[in-house]
Parts: sequence; structure tokens; C-alpha cells
Amino acid sequence: MTALVVERAGPGVTIQDGGRHGHLRHGVTVAGPMDPAAFATVHAAVGNPPGAAAIEVSLGGLDLAARDGAVDLAVIAPGFDVRHDGTLLPSLATVRLEAGGHISLRPGSVGAWAYVAIAGRIALPPVLGSLATHTRSGLGGLDGRALEAGDVLPLVDLRPREPAAARLVAPWLDPSPAPIRVLLGPQDDHFAADQIAAFLARDWTVSPRSDRMAYALDGTPLRHAAGHDIVSDGVAHGAIQVPGAGLPFVLMADRQPTGGYPKIANVIGADLGRLAQLRPGASLRFQAVSLTQAVAARRALAERLTGGPAREAIVRTVFTSEFLLSCNLISTWSE
Amino acid sequence: MVPLRFLDGGEAMLVVEFGDTIDAGLNERVQALDVALQAAAVPGVIESVPTFRSLAVHYEPLEIPRDTLVARILDLETRAEVTPRPLRTWVLPACYEAPHAEDLAEAADRLALTPARLVALHVAARFRVHMYGFAPGFAYLGGLPDELGLPRRDRPRAPHPANAIMIAGGMAAVASVPMPTGWWVIGRSAERMFALGREPAFLVAAGDTLRFEAVDAATFAALEARVAAGEVVARSEATP
Repeated sequence: MTALVVERAGPGVTIQDGGRHGHLRHGVTVAGPMDPAAFATVHAAVGNPPGAAAIEVSLGGLDLAARDGAVDLAVIAPGFDVRHDGTLLPSLATVRLEAGGHISLRPGSVGAWAYVAIAGRIALPPVLGSLATHTRSGLGGLDGRALEAGDVLPLVDLRPREPAAARLVAPWLDPSPAPIRVLLGPQDDHFAADQIAAFLARDWTVSPRSDRMAYALDGTPLRHAAGHDIVSDGVAHGAIQVPGAGLPFVLMADRQPTGGYPKIANVIGADLGRLAQLRPGASLRFQAVSLTQAVAARRALAERLTGGPAREAIVRTVFTSEFLLSCNLISTWSE
Repeated sequence: MVPLRFLDGGEAMLVVEFGDTIDAGLNERVQALDVALQAAAVPGVIESVPTFRSLAVHYEPLEIPRDTLVARILDLETRAEVTPRPLRTWVLPACYEAPHAEDLAEAADRLALTPARLVALHVAARFRVHMYGFAPGFAYLGGLPDELGLPRRDRPRAPHPANAIMIAGGMAAVASVPMPTGWWVIGRSAERMFALGREPAFLVAAGDTLRFEAVDAATFAALEARVAAGEVVARSEATP
């Protein structure tokens, strides 16, 4: 059976699908991708349904090899160093791994999460209807855990595509220094107006204590007007909780179903991926938008994702020594 | 009745807030609306999460605009009482003896009770499943007698095995997975609140009643062996 073999996996590389929906009421975390826009893009690039299973690659990096057959796949790895059989690929690309072929992903200077999707299906058993890995509760993916060297991912329903590697163009994934947009609430009434203004005006730094569950933020603490405990209620992806110490944290893909700290605001859906791609040490600001603006941004992103990324041929330029000499590069380089 | 508040947790989650306290009456309204919303199968609604005092509704705003969702919920809420969910009362065999009751002596000491009195109060209590949260199958149980009110421990303890029976913060719980906790472990349930592959995977539903039945260590070991073989040893009947 055709399979992908994990030759090396850094910590935190997992199988994710669109998420384990429908069991929040039983305390079950949704999980799913950290960057939903990049995840949707990687599936669109190989013609998969948007909620199919893919491999999410952390800053730990990943090496894969195809076994017993060729595998066509897409890589959406903004900022990562991606190599196919040792040759550098664009960080957004489709490529065919022949049997025995290799692909490797290593973090570059920017970006925190990358995705690899197979033109086909990863044949693992769903748990509570989903392949999304939630390591804290040990559900989904491969035995509920992160991938490790030696793991074998069996593949079925493989669909051969263009054999030539191609560059993918997805400008909606480009890094941007724009503020992360939020909708205030649901417990913004637990903060005085000056504290909400401070939340929006201050620079925040992504803390090294961040993971798939939450991005902790460092900065000047916020003050609560009315206590820092609430009777637990539901939380959404991107909820910004402010615990007693006043430093906010943003709940991410592995968030728990409910939370007991006041939520000053929620990152809008269209900006969840851009936030997720920030690394520890990166600074950010928040900007409040209206519900209408949040829905409009969501619609605009959904429309671009429906179209999927454009494909471009990869042009490899080979510089011969004659060419370099003709440019007088070598002689100017010699003293 | 206090009017509903509609709060936004981003553009894809609507919080329907009935109040801001832990109260069985509020929780019954939350659950009635939850049942009505599930039965209505509103297109664009992904799932709802009943909590002590609010219902979180996860939805796709590109399929159902917020205003439409709010109108639909207000309509359902006015009719919610007419469709009560069939509820069950569960009896869970429990062992309050060593080595399953690590904190029993210390908790009893803090409550100025004998361990036997603490156990008697816990066994006599009728607990109501208010909500799940925190971890798969972790249910928050209301109805802890006032005499058993203890705050959480100052420091969370190292993870204990699943099925630990715990009290803290005016509530009770049965751990569904091994977890670090600040709650006080007073015994252990033979039955699992959550078991993949079992039908049902999640034993109880929000609104159900739970009580515990004390068994000795030898009986408990025999029950645990039956559970390990896939049997359900908790008993249940329809709540009148």
C-alpha cells in the first residue's frame, strides 16, 4: 500500500482535519488547524474537500518519504525551507514524490505552521468522527499523539496530478504587519473604558509559553473592573481571556470547550491564521472592528479560498561559468 | 424572569446568557433551549454548548446572519419548556477506601467532619449534571451538600487516575481522564464517565441526576474488572 513514512518529525507535528465538531457539549476539544486559511489553501491546491486530513508541521520541521508508490502533494509552508529530494522548492508548491522520494520542511526566518496535503486520503480511523489530533486528551490522528520518526501513514484514493512541480500563488497568506482585528466581548463589560483602550493601543509580544492551546501575550497587564472569575461559559477560536494577573492569552485550535476568565475580545475568523503564524517574540497590536466588518472580512477570505491558489511553472535558472564570466562577476569578485 | 442577553464571542459564536450565577433554575432554561435548538436543526448552526448559565451557539455567519439566529432563538426560547428532554437517574458504584480516597482524611479534617460523615453526606446527595467542560467526559455536578463546601487546593496535585471522585468549589465531579487537579479526591467510581467505543461513549447527559453507592474494596475490584471487560456497571432509570 502506498504510504508516507515519517523519517524525522520535530515536536508538535500532527495530523489535523477540519476539527472534531459536535462534541463540545461533552467536553471534547475541536482541535483542527492553527491556521485555517493555510489549511484550506493546501487542500484547494490538490482538489481535496476543505475539511480533509493533512499534516500540520510545527517549527520542529518534518522529513517524509513516499513508499510503494508515487504521491502527489501540496505544501503550504510560508517562510519555511522546503526541499524535494534535496532541491529547494518554493514554500508554496505542488510536487510529486516518486516512490522513495523525499520532502523536508524546516523553519525559515518567519512563519510558525506549515501544511502538507496529499492528493488522496490518509487512511486512519476517525475518532468521534474526526482525524484531528488533540494530544492533551489523546484523541485522533495516529494514536492521539504527535508524529514520530518511523510512523507510517497509509494513503488511499490517490489521484495522480501534474507530474511537474509548480509554484502556488496565494497572496492572502502573505505576512502583514497590519493589526490583528478583534470583535470586543463577550465580557468587555468586565473592563473599564481606559483598559479597553489600553488593550487596543499597547504592543503585545507572543510569549514562549504559547502552544496549540493558547498564545500567551507579554506586555503591561490589564486591570479588571469587576473581578477576574466568571461562571464558565463557552469559548470560540480566538477568544482573548484575561486571567487575574492581567496578561491576556488567545485561545487557539486546542482550546478547551469552556472557560472561566473574562473574555475582553475575540480575534475575527479572517485573522486567526495571521495570528497563528506569529512566533514567540513577535509583537502585535489589536484593532477593534464591528460585527459587520468581521463578517465582510470572513466573506472576502472565503471567496478567495474557494478560488484556491494559482499555479505557476517553476523556472530554474542555471548559471554556467561562461555566463558568470561574461557578466564579469568572477573577476570583480577576485581582488 | 430575567431577559436573555445576546453576546458575541467573535462573529461565529453567539452566547445566549440567562444569568451569571450557578443556579439549577437557570441551568434548566439553558438546557431546555439547547434541546429545542438541537431539535430545530437550524441550517448554519454548527453546535451548541450548554453551560451553567448560558448557551454558546457556534454558527457560520455566512450561512445564517446573527439577526436571523437571534430571532430564531427568541422564538424557540418562548416555546422551549414544552419539549423537555427525557432525563435519567444514574447510580455509580463508588469506593471511598484506601487507596482510592487520597484526600478524604484531610478534606474531612478541614470540614470538621469525620471521614465516615463526609462519605455519608456524599452518598446521600443527589447530584445534577450541570455541564461538561475541561476535558472529554468531565461533568460538573451540582447538588453538593453545603457541609461539603471546600475551596480548591492551593496547588494542583499531580495527575491521578481516571474515575477519581472529587469535590471543590461547591461542586462534585468524576474525573474522566487522568488530570492534574486542585479538587479533593475522596473516592473512586467503578464506572467510566467516558469510554471510546462504548455505547454511549459519554455516560450521562446534562440535566441527568447522579448518585453514588458505596461499596467495599473487594466488591469495587470485581466491578472494575467487569468495566475493563467492556461492561457498564452503573445502573440507570428514567427520572420521574
